[in-house]
Amino acid sequence: MTTRRDGAIRPVVRSARFALAHVPGLVFAGSKPRRVLGAGGPELRAEVRRNLRSYGSAVAYPPHQVLLGTIAPEALRAIPRPWHQHPVAAAAARGPTGSLIDEDTFYAWLARADTANLVHFNEEFAASLQDGSGGEIAPSSSGQMVGAMLERGEPLYRSGEAAPIGVVIPAHDQDEALSAAVMLENLAAKATGALALRRLLDDVGEEPPVEYLLGCGEEAVGDRYQRGGGNLAKAMGELAGVRTAGGADIKAFCAGPMHGMLVAGALVASGLYRRVIVVAGGSLAKLGMKILGHLAAGFPILEDVLAGVAIDVTEDDGRSPVLRLDSAAVHRIADGLAPHQMARALTLAPLRAAGLRLGDVDRYAVELHNPDITEPAGAGDVPAGNYQMIAALAVQGGEIGRSEMPAFVEAHGMLGYAPTQGHIASAIPYLGHAVAGLTSGPLMRVQFVAKGSLFLGRMTSMGDGVSVLLERHPEA
Amino acid sequence: MDLEEQGTIQRLVESGERDRMIVLLGTPNAASTRMIALTLTQGDPSYAGPLAGVPLGLPVYHILEDDVKAAISPDVYEQEIGPLEFVLDKPAIADALGASRGR
Amino acid sequence: MVEFKDRLVLALGERDGVPAPALAKCIESAGGRVIYAATQCFA
Repeated sequence: MTTRRDGAIRPVVRSARFALAHVPGLVFAGSKPRRVLGAGGPELRAEVRRNLRSYGSAVAYPPHQVLLGTIAPEALRAIPRPWHQHPVAAAAARGPTGSLIDEDTFYAWLARADTANLVHFNEEFAASLQDGSGGEIAPSSSGQMVGAMLERGEPLYRSGEAAPIGVVIPAHDQDEALSAAVMLENLAAKATGALALRRLLDDVGEEPPVEYLLGCGEEAVGDRYQRGGGNLAKAMGELAGVRTAGGADIKAFCAGPMHGMLVAGALVASGLYRRVIVVAGGSLAKLGMKILGHLAAGFPILEDVLAGVAIDVTEDDGRSPVLRLDSAAVHRIADGLAPHQMARALTLAPLRAAGLRLGDVDRYAVELHNPDITEPAGAGDVPAGNYQMIAALAVQGGEIGRSEMPAFVEAHGMLGYAPTQGHIASAIPYLGHAVAGLTSGPLMRVQFVAKGSLFLGRMTSMGDGVSVLLERHPEA
Repeated sequence: MDLEEQGTIQRLVESGERDRMIVLLGTPNAASTRMIALTLTQGDPSYAGPLAGVPLGLPVYHILEDDVKAAISPDVYEQEIGPLEFVLDKPAIADALGASRGR
Repeated sequence: MVEFKDRLVLALGERDGVPAPALAKCIESAGGRVIYAATQCFA
């Protein structure tokens, strides 16, 4: 089943960890809220503030508990939707595959991430952080100074409070690439990525030492001469306390992490590195993207979490699921953008090449966006659309009949649960559950399929995607 | 359809040969089809955009409509649309357009 | 049958429906000309 050429090292995925940060006060800094609240006036702002969730609600939110690893994706089928009306009882903020930190803890990490002295808190807030964490926090500034900085900077809010508790100032007053908004966005990504990385290393340990970090988020780090210079990977590593690794970033819209896994696997398979960690922070810009839909539906503001991820790819350890590089597929320039063209290139073609039927894959991990978030805003159920497409290919290939499509989707798919954090939602949210299922659970084979909307950057009208099989280790 | 796109389309329509123009949609469901069809024929129903209250008066079609399919080479349609004909909700989409034309 | 020949077409595609490049190929095969093409992602 698992083929291996002599001398080729088999890369495995040892674990994945997620870091969620509940930041309702930063919803106002999301791209859509910024634009909409500007036009909507103080009444809209107040309405948003009234509909922000508490930390406890975010912790108990079933989709978050799935991401943290305490409940299985399959368990969501038994929980009535909308899920925010059915919180998980006695939910913990820390689960097997991730942690959800609160707003104040996030702000403390934002300050730790700040190497250019851009984050300033007012004295009262800084003092409260000091009491809680015990670690070193950025020095505070007097209320007067913060007030002055607010004229040119990005205000930082705590949930439910109308007055800012701090500010992020621009790194340069004329350079657009170093504006306060960009600095906040990048620092938020850096902090959440580092948190996921630190959690992974705390759980799995430092053997073998990490040699390479592959960043794969959608932020752009640079200045006016190199807006997308990148390599946030090394900055995240530094913040997480890693000293042994080098790194670089992979930029591919939402398919970034899967491209990262492919490259990480290839680096390990080549023998160049023994351990590569793929890491990404969350997307501040995507907070509150569907805010109008949620308010209209009477939902709380569900897009109030940043999500970071760290994925551990190592040399064969004799038990972890194998990254089947020989079954990897990338969307090529000649492949089309329509859903069936994407599914043929990413799902059907590599399985056929491996002599497999669509039904031979136990689970497909596709774009796993939470439908409670997307549907009220008219954006549909993204995972369901992906699964229906795969089922349709199974019909076209003669594997199942049209009437068996729903059963196929139920057997091989799952309900979406990922926050709409772009690259974070694309296939990888299932990694923690996949590793468990492929080691101590009953799964044999999972196909991860990610897609990227390259056309949004206006450099092409193409799409993109990556898929790879994760298989049970032959000795597991 | 976001506000910038409404503005772009409005400018395009007003500056060109509008009698020759047609809109062709690739929306995935009835709800989004209805929204866009209304915005383009009657004006933005949310009254938020440049097209608020501005009927462009363009004919709006959807790629899944049988009348549209009939105009396209079968090979091309199979290649570009293929199984989307039964994966997307074709009858509901056709209904949504029919309703927007009926007004 | 809708007549596309010599018509100017605005192709409004969606990533999870039929995207603009697919619409464009269909239009061109029917003799139409695409004057605007956009694909929405997460509309």
